[in-house]
Amino acid sequence: MSDATVVLIVMTVGTFALKSAGPLVLGDRALPVRVQQVVDLLPAALLAALAIVSTVGDGRGIVIDARLVGLVAAGIALWRRLPFVVVIIVASAATALTRLIS
Amino acid sequence: MSRPHRWIHSSNSAWRCGDNERRRTLNDASGLRTERALSPPVTTTSPDATGARLRPVNEVDDAARKRAIHRQAASIVASVAPFGIVFGAAAATAGLSLVQAMGFSLFVFGGSSQFAAVEILGDGGSIASAAIAGLLLNVRSLAFGVIMAPALVGTWWQRAAMSQLMIDESTAVGAAQHEQRWRRYGYLVAGIGVFVVWNLTTMLGHVAFAGAGDLITELGLDAAGPAAFLALLWPRLSSPPQRRTAIAGGLIALVLIPFAPPGVPILASMLGVAAARIGSQSTDRSDRPEPDTEAAS
Repeated sequence: MSDATVVLIVMTVGTFALKSAGPLVLGDRALPVRVQQVVDLLPAALLAALAIVSTVGDGRGIVIDARLVGLVAAGIALWRRLPFVVVIIVASAATALTRLIS
Repeated sequence: MSRPHRWIHSSNSAWRCGDNERRRTLNDASGLRTERALSPPVTTTSPDATGARLRPVNEVDDAARKRAIHRQAASIVASVAPFGIVFGAAAATAGLSLVQAMGFSLFVFGGSSQFAAVEILGDGGSIASAAIAGLLLNVRSLAFGVIMAPALVGTWWQRAAMSQLMIDESTAVGAAQHEQRWRRYGYLVAGIGVFVVWNLTTMLGHVAFAGAGDLITELGLDAAGPAAFLALLWPRLSSPPQRRTAIAGGLIALVLIPFAPPGVPILASMLGVAAARIGSQSTDRSDRPEPDTEAAS
């Protein structure tokens, strides 16, 4: 068995355990109110972190590049209440343009 | 601090009645129709009657809500495609066979963790380092699971099957909805969409492309993911506790990027929830926000 196959098997088992722990252990049991309040807030922290890390992260450190222009453009598009799809296109176009002229 | 966040699920009565969807169905099945007919619908507060009264409104809402979710999911699924091609190409470059590359996309199904493992393998890293780096990147699935668990109802094997779709994109679309059944719907639509596209493009990338990284940057597609996450976050920012949480979470992640292993900043951002408590005791009243708007839909 090659190295890649061993890594594949280990990661398949480990990742599935991580993914299914919540749904299988908690199920649809109602959480205590306090906990539910925290869980209601978690997506905000999570989505903000995903946006930031995917904008300025490169796996090792912080990199400021044209992606940041795209994120700002997306923010403006959202502020102008443009539809979701348009927001994505505006962000990509702004990023591509920035790279083209820099 | 009694209940400043209650508005999240109760800002709109039409949505609230949907929360009782399952109970209503049960009531219908157990023959409570007579009772409902006898009680005046305006004065009663039983979920059954409320549901019946709002049903026509709800059907219109349902169609609109589905379309909004489809639009969100479509953009996010499309944004994944170029990265699938790059993963397939990277796996080929690292010496993985097509079967191995497809194995990662089918069974591990976690974009960044697949990239990390394959990159380490390609650089001649050990089995342990590749597997540990890959798994560390997926630890955040634990937190995703806690967020999504109440929405992912079903038998244990259905919940297990739905868990396999747990990635950034499916959790983001799911968690952005305000009601459990739409959370489940958004999660499944985005998850299945990404799963199909991710695997097809992995195959395409392995077979056909070698240097697709340039294509992504030239078209600015690496900004599509960040923009999608921001768009999903946007409607929440009108509420002060949610806004404080988002700012704190974003800052925590930003500060940790240079120091922590990949994946950890996103996990640690969850601590930003503590920021929602700051000042909420003193501003409990002013904190109660106006009903949230849906800019992203």
